[in-house]
Amino acid sequence: MDVNLQELNKTEFPVPAELENNIAITSLSELYNWGRRNSLWPMLFGLACCAIEMIATAASRFDFSRFGFEVMRATPRQADLMIVSGTVTKKMVVPIVRLYNQMPEPKYVMAMGACASGGGPFKEGYNVVSGMDKYLPVDVYVPGCPPTPQALLHGMIALQRKIDGQSIANGDDVPWYGVGTAEPTPVPVLGPDIIDPRQMDMIRRQAEAAATDMDSVGVRELPAATQMVAARVTAGAAAESEAAPVSQDALGFVLPTGAAPWAEAEDIREKRKLRALARKALRATRRAAAAEEE
Amino acid sequence: MYGTGLAKGLLLTMRHFVESYVDDIRYGFRKYHHSTDNFGIRQGTKTKGVITVQYPDEKVAVPERFRFVPFLIVEDEDHPTRAGKDWCTSCGICAKVCPPQCIWIVRGNDPNTGRPVPEPEAFFIDIDICMNCGYCAEYCPFDAIKMDHDYELASYDRTTHHIHDKERLSKPNSYWRSIAPTRAYEEMLARGSWEHKDAAKEARRGAASARSSAPRPAVEQPAAAVPAKSEATEPAEASATPASPAEGATPWSEDEAKREERRRKALERKARRAAQRGQ
Amino acid sequence: MDNPALTPERLLETTTLDEAISYLLSEYADAVSLDDREGYQGVIVDSRRLVGIARVIRDDLGFDYLSSATAVDYLGAGDQMEMVYHAYRTSGGGALVFKAQTDRENAEIPSLTSIWRGTDFQEREAWDLMGIHFPGHPNLKRILMWEGFHGHPLRKDWREAYYEEDLKPFDSRWPGGHVHRAEEKNVFGKNVTYPPDIDLGRLIDSSETAVYQSLGLGVDVERIMDKDGFETNELVVNMGPHHPSTHGVFRMVLTVDGETVTSLEPVMGYLHRNHEKIGERNTYLHNIPFTDRLDYISSMGNNHGYVLAVEQLMSLGRKYNRPTYRCEALRVLMVELSRIVNHLWAIGFWLNDIGAFFTPVLYFVQERERILDFFEAVAGSRMMCNYMRFGGLFGDLPERLKSVSNLTNDRVRDYNTMQFLTEMINERVPRTIDDLERLLTQNEILIERSVGVGVLSREDAINYSAAGPLLRGSGVDYDIRRADPYSIYPELDFDVAVEAEGDMYARYRVRVTELRESVRILKQILPRLEATAGESIWADGKPGAYAPRVPHGEAYGRVENGKGELGYYVVSAGGRGGSSNPWRYHVRAPSFINLTPMGIMSRGYKVADIVGILGSIDIVLGETDR
Repeated sequence: MDVNLQELNKTEFPVPAELENNIAITSLSELYNWGRRNSLWPMLFGLACCAIEMIATAASRFDFSRFGFEVMRATPRQADLMIVSGTVTKKMVVPIVRLYNQMPEPKYVMAMGACASGGGPFKEGYNVVSGMDKYLPVDVYVPGCPPTPQALLHGMIALQRKIDGQSIANGDDVPWYGVGTAEPTPVPVLGPDIIDPRQMDMIRRQAEAAATDMDSVGVRELPAATQMVAARVTAGAAAESEAAPVSQDALGFVLPTGAAPWAEAEDIREKRKLRALARKALRATRRAAAAEEE
Repeated sequence: MYGTGLAKGLLLTMRHFVESYVDDIRYGFRKYHHSTDNFGIRQGTKTKGVITVQYPDEKVAVPERFRFVPFLIVEDEDHPTRAGKDWCTSCGICAKVCPPQCIWIVRGNDPNTGRPVPEPEAFFIDIDICMNCGYCAEYCPFDAIKMDHDYELASYDRTTHHIHDKERLSKPNSYWRSIAPTRAYEEMLARGSWEHKDAAKEARRGAASARSSAPRPAVEQPAAAVPAKSEATEPAEASATPASPAEGATPWSEDEAKREERRRKALERKARRAAQRGQ
Repeated sequence: MDNPALTPERLLETTTLDEAISYLLSEYADAVSLDDREGYQGVIVDSRRLVGIARVIRDDLGFDYLSSATAVDYLGAGDQMEMVYHAYRTSGGGALVFKAQTDRENAEIPSLTSIWRGTDFQEREAWDLMGIHFPGHPNLKRILMWEGFHGHPLRKDWREAYYEEDLKPFDSRWPGGHVHRAEEKNVFGKNVTYPPDIDLGRLIDSSETAVYQSLGLGVDVERIMDKDGFETNELVVNMGPHHPSTHGVFRMVLTVDGETVTSLEPVMGYLHRNHEKIGERNTYLHNIPFTDRLDYISSMGNNHGYVLAVEQLMSLGRKYNRPTYRCEALRVLMVELSRIVNHLWAIGFWLNDIGAFFTPVLYFVQERERILDFFEAVAGSRMMCNYMRFGGLFGDLPERLKSVSNLTNDRVRDYNTMQFLTEMINERVPRTIDDLERLLTQNEILIERSVGVGVLSREDAINYSAAGPLLRGSGVDYDIRRADPYSIYPELDFDVAVEAEGDMYARYRVRVTELRESVRILKQILPRLEATAGESIWADGKPGAYAPRVPHGEAYGRVENGKGELGYYVVSAGGRGGSSNPWRYHVRAPSFINLTPMGIMSRGYKVADIVGILGSIDIVLGETDR
């Protein structure tokens, strides 16, 4: 195996001249990162249009195995990197989260293309998840619709850079060395719409509000057949669901209540608003000053 | 005979294998030498081998018409009259013609008169929604929004990097002319001048008393063509362009001194911005 | 079909379309009436007698191929639901359009699966998205969304969770548009109702159990106990949605007896991107780049079909000029190039599926890259070309395919366009096809894997509305470029590729022949391009408006795409003097309908053959699920 000594030997520690190029002194982190970043095996997993560009990147003209993205593994058990290449639909996000949970750590997620990053052109659709980061922690976003193979390669190099910047001493960078088993990402539930178990509190509050004050949110009456499955299970009403064996594995996970995802959005929006206001104020004062000069 | 088909196929793969290496050897070290046309030949129709582009060390340059995310054209710093001024007049056609509706424009208003001025107060493009279709550039009547060629935009955080605001979007006119010289030339022919449409019109105004108001939604259209109708945008157009020649006080027809003043301010603003960025 | 005797009914098979319609009107005056709405065509059939009349249309009038069946919701414009059927003769000619109406409340139209099995998935789609019930359908359940989803999304009064406005452009964008992502404004989607007592502990995802149940595959304890002990010889296997050989996020649920497949059920919708709902909100122009993302391997062909449909509608208006000759020639050039790309890709990945792992694909992708370079230089993007416009094109061919250095280490290339094309068409592509044949056609392993596998008979192919190489591989001489010609295909000299066997190998042979025929067409296009150089690409001499108003009516534009018949059913309604947004925008996707016979094609074969059979159908999920 070809070890690039210059790459490894980035220390300030003085090396005797006769030992130069024969020994490598490096921090453990760097060695560890060097190993991680040069053997990222992506999962053979394509969602939509971007997957075709991903294949083009894997093919001979662009060839991402030059960077150690050597082989694409069809099984998540052997993959380090999940390239979410394409539109994530509500129906598909359930298997995607399961696949992610099956990947061994350290694992990385790359959102390839506009759809995987933020919903893309299809985000207004009723079956489209607006961004993979709603469910999984995304490491690198590659914009473009679709990103050209070179843009994807750039994203891959960006991921390698990100790994380079991590330290083995920092628990946040390498959480997989923490105590105990890692919590799996809760698998979303396909109800009347997709339900993220982490948002359960909010949904319940909204549902209660809707029940008491119908016109506040403009709720429509739904056909009885498509009412919530939970309601059906408790009532035992619908004949076809009586025979249905209740699959226990789909039962939701109870979650630690952390920062709610909507708080982040709120926060960003607030910040943006303030910034825009500040800009506006600045402009106004400048204009006033100009008027005074006249 | 059983197996001949297989053997033929294997010979073919062998041929491909050899061809690629023969090609590599033929070019030797010259293959990284970019002053010659080696790259064009090896990535063109004449090559026989299967040749890899060594991406970060050599990149396939994108063609002129290539489209990635849009950017806004602002006048060059060294422009005599309009330095730093937006080409965009905030007419809103790009926002209307955008299929996924990823463009948000805040129209600028004159703080004194409250009248709309033909430059955007704010301009946002969410590149996580943008589908790179190029309609905004195609239908912009002022050639003010263009598709960028810079595809190296990968980032670690989309909330901070993927909503391009006006500052992030603005790039000088000379940049556009450098990445797409032929397109820029064609547009110049259609406009009739290298200048912005409004500036050119203003220059001609002394002679022409009658004013053709509605901007055309077309890009490659001879300047002499009949103004195309644009029913949906008519009111918008009317407010974005001067309603009558009498309104000489609007910023794009002010006298020489004021323009000088504006230019100085724009430069100052730019310098301040640059300083902020430097920090 | 098997009785060639000329009875009076048989004679009807040779009547013209108008005669066929007047025959229906006179013979079944009480059940059939002419559709006399402005810009509409065909007949409206009383839904109570739909099945009988459909049988007459198929057997007596000879319209044996049902291309498309789709639903339209006329809320506020008659307040009825309507099923629209387009039937063709495999001998060629135009469509007999017939419709059946029902009210919106208890929408119910008898199923036509007993006449054309090809309506199977399309009726399920109409049930899923429009909420029309089809009595008589053997397996009526949701197909694109999951069981338990609220409502039927394509109904006009249905709103999605992040609903913004009915039609584009949205008012919030300009003037005064600050970035507000729809999902931030409306985090949990006001348009979803949750029961007030919703509780995480009782939340159950029934979508999976629903799949197995409706297939009759649920864990049926009584059935197991009835037999002698446990049944172990039959097993349910899931392939997909994450599977390397399903060409995307497609899923098949199979029951296997040992290695032999006893039944197969396609499960789809994992890439359902709501193309049609978004398409109805878009303006006509907005839809063109969205069509790129249907069959993302051959986006030029998708553009072409849609543009043809809207041009059909526009021709109903007073002011309409046909596209210029150069425009048509350029369209054919692009479409044939993308057919080459598509077939190379299809053959490559089919070989991947049956074991020739990646070597052929690498050769074909290399060739594809050259063609994509051309697309990139002409249309601006490698895959999402967005090249065609109503009555024109995005731009003429540039004189030189020239790149410009912008980033560090950029390497510039510069070719003469016509020279590049000539070299591609006369040398590179034919050479690749020769290589392909040398590599594969007589390869013994390939022959043993594919001959006699995945057989689809001629009758089934027609009855299941198969299209493209799947149809022609079963011996049906039906290519829309010949049967119902469009653009400048009538004057081009090419043969329709047909193979009679109906197995995987026959479909491979069809694709190879089509590659050669595409090259033949392209060779005829080159001199036409040179002859028309300088001619405008715009019908009106100038680029079209960005918000064209389209006259009222309906249109069905179809093209022979790489994967088969790609049709766009577009309805323009509402508003005076035409509309700027389509009322209904439906895509007849070949990848979707070609999956209907997947079940019968794979019965009795081994699991390892299934991926090959799927690969030989050549699906792309963007189009299957839309």
